[in-house]
Amino acid sequence: MSDQHSPDHFSHHVRRYLFVFYALLFGTLITVGASFIPFGNHAVNIGVALVIACGKAFLVAGYFMHLISERKMIYGIMAFTAFFFIGLMFLTIWSMKDFPTFATH
Amino acid sequence: MDIPYTVAPRQDTGLYNAKVGIWLFLASEVMLFGALFSSYILLRVGAQEEMWPQGWLNVPVGTANTLVLITSSITTVMAWASLKMNQFNKFKFYHACTILLAFTFVGIKSYEYHDKFNHYEFTLANGTFADGHMHENHLKQEGAAWTGYAIIEGHVVTEEAELYNLKKHKPAAHSEIRVEGPQIKRMGNYGPWHNTYTAIYFTLTGLHALHVIGGALVIGFLWGPGSKMWKTDPERFTNRIEISGLFWHFVDLVWIFLFPVLYLL
Repeated sequence: MSDQHSPDHFSHHVRRYLFVFYALLFGTLITVGASFIPFGNHAVNIGVALVIACGKAFLVAGYFMHLISERKMIYGIMAFTAFFFIGLMFLTIWSMKDFPTFATH
Repeated sequence: MDIPYTVAPRQDTGLYNAKVGIWLFLASEVMLFGALFSSYILLRVGAQEEMWPQGWLNVPVGTANTLVLITSSITTVMAWASLKMNQFNKFKFYHACTILLAFTFVGIKSYEYHDKFNHYEFTLANGTFADGHMHENHLKQEGAAWTGYAIIEGHVVTEEAELYNLKKHKPAAHSEIRVEGPQIKRMGNYGPWHNTYTAIYFTLTGLHALHVIGGALVIGFLWGPGSKMWKTDPERFTNRIEISGLFWHFVDLVWIFLFPVLYLL
C-alpha cells in the first residue's frame, strides 16, 4: 500500500475504513451480548465469542493492515506464521490427553 | 550514506524494506502471544471447572477499553490516509487522538489493576472466607500470626469455590466487615500470585499494555519531533507512519482476542 494514489482514490478508502470501524464497534457489542446468552453448553459460548473475534481480527488485518491487497512476500511470511501458530495450539491440545503413566509421590 | 529502499520498493520483494521488517517482527509477536495464549488454554483446561474464575473482571470497563482501542485503530489509519492525501494538519489531529486514546487505555487498565491489588481474600480460622476491597489495613504480621485488624468492603462465604465462579454464585450484597488479625490463617490480594488465572491475566494484559505504551511512544515521537521529516522527505515519513500503524493495529488485534477470553468466558 505504499503506492501513491490520488486524494479521490483515498476518500474511497476512507469510507471503507469507517465502515470497518462501525463493524468492529458492532462486533464488540455482539460479543458482549452473546456472552450473556445461556446456550446450554459453555463450549458454545466460547465458540461464538471466538468466531466473532476471528471476524473482527479479519477486518483489522484485512483492511486496516491492508492484508487483503498485499504483496506475495507478506502472504508468505504470514503463511509461515500461521503454520507455526496453529502447530503451537495443537501441541497444547495434544498434550491434554498425554498424562504421565509413572507413579507420582 | 543513504539507507536503500526506504521509499522505493525493491524489485525482488515489491516492498520497501521497513515493511518487510515490520511484518517479520509482527510474525515473531504472533508467536510470543501465541505461546501465552496456548499457556492460557493449558492452564484453563487443567483447572477444576468450579475453581476457574469467572466474572472476576468488570465487563463494562473492559468493553469501554475495547472501544477505546478500536477507536485508536481508526484514528491511526486515518492519520496515514491523511498523509496520503497530503493533509498534514489532519494527520496531526488524528494521531493526537491516537495518543490520547492510548493513554486512556493505559489509564483504564491501571484502574483495573489497582482494583485487583486492593482486593483481598482472607482464610479465617473458623473455616470461612472473607473477601473484599481493603478500606483500612491495621494488620501486622508477627511470624506466621497476624495482629491488629482490617476493614474490608465485601462478603463472607463458607466455600472457597463461591469466590471463583461469580456467574454461578452471585455474590451477596457487600457490607463493611472487620477482620481481626488473630482470626486470619492466610491472606492475600488478587495480584499475579493469587492463582493461575491472575498470573496469566497479569502476564497477558501486562505484556499487551507494554506494547500499547511502546507503540504510543513511537507514535508520539512521529507526531512530535519526528514529524519534521514531512517537510524534507514526505514519502519516507508516510511510510514510517504506515509501519507504526501496522504495529498499532497488531496491538488492537491481540486485544480483540484477549477481551473475550479474559473478561467474558
